[in-house]
Amino acid sequence: MLIKRPEPIAPSEITPESVYQARRRFLALGAAGAGALLLPRLAGAATLPPVGAFGTLPSQALAGGEALTPLDSITSYCNFYELGTGKSDPARNAESLRTSPWRVRIGGEVARPGDYTLEDILQPHTLEERIYRLRCVEAWSMVVPWVGFPLADLLKRFEPTSRAKYVAFTTLYDPEQMPGQRRSVLEWPYREGLRIDEAMHPLTLLAVGLYGQTLPKQNGAPLRLVVPWKYGFKSIKSIVAIDLVESQPTTTWNQMQSSEYGFYANVNPAVDHPRWSQARERRIGEFFKRDTLAFNGYAEQVAGLYRGMDLRRQF
Amino acid sequence: MPRLNLLFLGIGLLPAGWWVIGLLSGQLGANPVETLTRQSGDWALRFLLLSLACTPLRVWGHWHTPMRLRRQWGLFAYFYAWVHLTIILVLEHELDMLALWRDVLDRPYITFGMLAFALLTPLAITSTKGWQRRLGRGWRRLHRWVYPTAIIAVVHFLLLVKADLREPLIYGALLSLLLLARLPKRT
Ligand code: HEM
Repeated sequence: MLIKRPEPIAPSEITPESVYQARRRFLALGAAGAGALLLPRLAGAATLPPVGAFGTLPSQALAGGEALTPLDSITSYCNFYELGTGKSDPARNAESLRTSPWRVRIGGEVARPGDYTLEDILQPHTLEERIYRLRCVEAWSMVVPWVGFPLADLLKRFEPTSRAKYVAFTTLYDPEQMPGQRRSVLEWPYREGLRIDEAMHPLTLLAVGLYGQTLPKQNGAPLRLVVPWKYGFKSIKSIVAIDLVESQPTTTWNQMQSSEYGFYANVNPAVDHPRWSQARERRIGEFFKRDTLAFNGYAEQVAGLYRGMDLRRQF
Repeated sequence: MPRLNLLFLGIGLLPAGWWVIGLLSGQLGANPVETLTRQSGDWALRFLLLSLACTPLRVWGHWHTPMRLRRQWGLFAYFYAWVHLTIILVLEHELDMLALWRDVLDRPYITFGMLAFALLTPLAITSTKGWQRRLGRGWRRLHRWVYPTAIIAVVHFLLLVKADLREPLIYGALLSLLLLARLPKRT
């Protein structure tokens, strides 16, 4: 790589590369041969350390063997307008966000709605590592080793009714903790949504960590969505509410500028953002651009969800 | 070259010098191309506004020194606009002139950016004493084009931000002040 970029990060947040690589090799051995999308469940429940390492987790590399983006880039270059609109603002303002205690309200068309602690939310789930490409609508991309569990597993626990056609997510609204919310750059709180089949897709993840560590606050701690075939803004951060609903929910960027940010926001090199081309992207850490892949390289798994839709119009 | 101009030549080159050092030492952030694109645009606009501040400072502040830097600042605006355009042509479009041209036609903020650059070009070329002499009264008329150019550059900035309009609005407010200060002084 041409460029090195030292960035200030608390030493406690960094996994020594050697440790990480050793763990990865170990995981690769363990995961070898597991071709199915979902690995067999490990016994025991997830325990979420407030800060720190998750230990050994099953891992699936789903980014075509592409190199991981360095941790310091992932934590220093963020779009998280609640913590500021500049790319380095979220890292700087992260401290003011209190991620513990944290509650998540599950509501709408479910048999068991309620207000749960994060521990209740996570308790029955088995965490795993998923290495995904992340493609931002601004034409840059990363490869991130997330730690999380399938959103489908969580939704099933709360028993969606037959009227649950969409899932709506909401980020924390608290200008005290989120200085970016003191100005109405966007309509707060940030909201995102998925169609129920997208939400139930096995690639759709609820993440609580990356690089084997608790999610840094600037990356959407303590609980965020990861939908790897959609532009990054769909992957809502610091979630406090998940509602199953009957009709398509209002989503923040779509509401702000619907001609630029569609509800679906599937990564599509053939449909430009009105202000820039989406045909190519710059992988963080590289100087020149590379071609953007349809559905961010996950077409084989997800293209079927959109059969019969005109993706130029429903972008 | 007078000492004042030499000093400010050195100062004006600091951002460009920092980019070279920052690139080599990896201190331009996770996305150095974006950092360079943005900072070169910022400096082009800042120098443009500085060059426009000289006359009001003389008229209203009775401060004459900046007038001696006006041409240099205008040329720095052009220099940084040129760096900005070169970065975009090489690193965004990878020397695909057709792609750049399509952007100029399709994307209003690029149209405005290119227009600002195109308008600055003859001003930069005719900034020398020789051209000033040759053009006579026409020189002043030609160089009044800097006002619409600055407005176009600010519109370029306004159109390109995603949601946070604060920065371009600050530049717009400064530019408005500098233009208003040119209205005839009543006595
Ligand atoms: C006099 C001429 C120009 C001036 C004063 C100017 C100024 C600016 C400014 C102030 C910015 C914003 C920087 C920021 O976000 O902090 C910018 C960004 C940008 N300009 Fe220009 N510009 C000029 C010409 C051009 C031209 C000719 C092009 C393209 C052909 C262009 C393309 C862009 C692009 C692509 C961005 C950035 C986008 C981004 O990263 O979000 N500009 N420019």
